[in-house]
Amino acid sequence: MKILATIKRTPQRDTRMKLTADGELITDQVQYEVNPFDELAVEEALRIRDKVGGEVVALSVGSAAASEQLQTALAMGADRALRVEFENGLDPLQIATALADAIRRESPDLVLCGKLAIDDENGQVPLMVAELLDWPHASFASKVELDADAKKAQVTCEVDGGLEVVEIELPGVITTDLRLNEPRYASLPGILRAKKKPSDVIAGSEIADMPEPALRVTGYRQLPPREQGEIVESAEELAEKLIAKNLV
Amino acid sequence: MADCLVVLVPGAEQPSRSELAAVGFGRQVAEQLGGHCDVLLLGPQASACGQAVAAYGIGKALVADHPDLAQPTGEALAAAIAHVASAADYRLIAASATTIARDCFPRAAARLKAPMASDVVEIGQCSADVLRFTKPCFSGNLLEELELHGSTALATCRASAFEPPAASDASADVQTIQLPEKLAHPRKRFVEAKRTPLERPELTEADVVVSGGRGTKGDFTPLEELADVLGAAIGASRAVVDAGWLPNDFQVGQTGKVVAPKLYIACGISGAIQHLAGMRNSKVIVAINKDPNAPIFEVADYGLVADLFDAVPKLTAAFRAARQEQGAAS
Ligand SMILES: Cc1cc2nc3c(=O)[nH]c(=O)nc-3n(C[C@H](O)[C@H](O)[C@H](O)COP(=O)(O)OP(=O)(O)OC[C@H]3O[C@@H](n4cnc5c(N)ncnc54)[C@H](O)[C@@H]3O)c2cc1C
Ligand SMILES: Nc1ncnc2c1ncn2[C@@H]1O[C@H](COP(=O)(O)O)[C@@H](O)[C@H]1O
Repeated sequence: MKILATIKRTPQRDTRMKLTADGELITDQVQYEVNPFDELAVEEALRIRDKVGGEVVALSVGSAAASEQLQTALAMGADRALRVEFENGLDPLQIATALADAIRRESPDLVLCGKLAIDDENGQVPLMVAELLDWPHASFASKVELDADAKKAQVTCEVDGGLEVVEIELPGVITTDLRLNEPRYASLPGILRAKKKPSDVIAGSEIADMPEPALRVTGYRQLPPREQGEIVESAEELAEKLIAKNLV
Repeated sequence: MADCLVVLVPGAEQPSRSELAAVGFGRQVAEQLGGHCDVLLLGPQASACGQAVAAYGIGKALVADHPDLAQPTGEALAAAIAHVASAADYRLIAASATTIARDCFPRAAARLKAPMASDVVEIGQCSADVLRFTKPCFSGNLLEELELHGSTALATCRASAFEPPAASDASADVQTIQLPEKLAHPRKRFVEAKRTPLERPELTEADVVVSGGRGTKGDFTPLEELADVLGAAIGASRAVVDAGWLPNDFQVGQTGKVVAPKLYIACGISGAIQHLAGMRNSKVIVAINKDPNAPIFEVADYGLVADLFDAVPKLTAAFRAARQEQGAAS
């Protein structure tokens, strides 16, 4: 089974991003990592490969900086890395177009993606990829049961009202939710081995049918501040204040 | 080119607050563009819910049921939405940012080759050429301003950020429309739904939410008693759901539900940014935590540094007594 995991380079998960007075993002102190949901995708891909055999390819669309996150995926155990070279700032449909093109070249059985990139928080790219390839998808997976012989996956999805189970025939796209697994850390030998694994780059100009950008980020703003709160001394005082404010 | 289409996949004959909030969102954009806001209702409840939604100042209600929408997959919904959108000239196709919409809108966008905005919280200046929206980004830590170009765009909106429109006596036309014979993807199959039984108000619709974190150690009894006195919904942090103490759909936050009730009472929750992303727009936030340095206190209107197992029952007792007093007085 050939499994492809998509990876985006995003700020370290607990970073509180800040703006300059002019509303520019301050990025010089920011540490980056593999988008947390993509880490789950890599982990799931590795577990499936280790069970049924095959190959795991980590795929990213981005500038050379994203190589660092692809290295992390290799250090976790992925077999190969592939990067489609683009400056950052593509919109979701453009990223999906680049990913779909790379996926066509690789023709994997399964593509695992994060359900959300924690920078722009769009949650769009994986389903756009599935649509461009005319593949079925399963979103927000908390469990993937793969039948490699029948080329099927039964996926438990975390939805608003509880859980939903769907089945897709491969090839297909699955997006990960937090409870799918617990990603492993890259070990030191893993990090050393990663340096020798194949890493390829596809030039952006090779991507067919790239659409014009249609979604543009024009600026950032701070959240409206909350009023300063107060510390109360006891549960009784708290109850009184809430009752006085007609909140209960 | 100036009209909007709001998509609902109703679960009942009456629209929910979050569905009506999407209608409110669509109407606001349509008003700026000088057009109408139509509503597309899909699935077994479409027709009944269409009659109800027709009273909310919309252009018309388009209703469609289809065998492939009995237990709809994202693929089937995306095919239906794209079909309706390509037969008309909608500038914006919108829905509330539920998991249903998140599971079909990006597919519909790719099919229509149209841009999409996710989780919109504010509407900016919109014209036929460009729609402007604001949405959260970086784990809800900042807001991002977006422009959507082209002739059609899609958007999901955060229900808690928009008001349902007022109902009127005037009722819009309800039209039944035909969908293509095949909507479902040939390689996708719905297997089963495991719905969490609702014992209390739905988290995103409740006026009061009592939420617990790892500090509860899995014992939600005091929180449930408080919730029952207040008619509140129960919420949870990720730690609680990961531990298996409550089902996934109780989770509040970046990866869970976004709530903005009148009152949010956080008990034994530290206040990680991903949790704040789901509740920081609550009108009043109360935090009960043993640790005076817990970040939850930074967003709390009322903070109480205490053991929740001591404080929560006292709160419950005080509210219960106040209720009885009110009852006696009236
Ligand atoms: C990509 C990503 C997405 C995430 N999405 C979400 C999300 O949607 N929602 C979410 O909640 N989290 C989310 N998280 C997890 C988040 O980072 C935190 O780990 C989580 O919110 C912590 O939950 P907690 O506050 O219950 O636990 P902890 O951080 O362990 O805090 C427990 C708190 O309880 C207090 N406490 C302990 N005992 C008592 C007592 N007896 N009385 C009073 N107080 C007590 C402690 O002082 C502490 O502050 C996400 C993380 C990532 C990386
Ligand atoms: N530039 C990218 N390169 C590779 N994968 C990406 C990229 N952008 C998004 N993805 C994938 O799509 C998922 C959802 O991203 P988004 O739609 O941007 O929220 C991410 O978790 C990744 O798996």
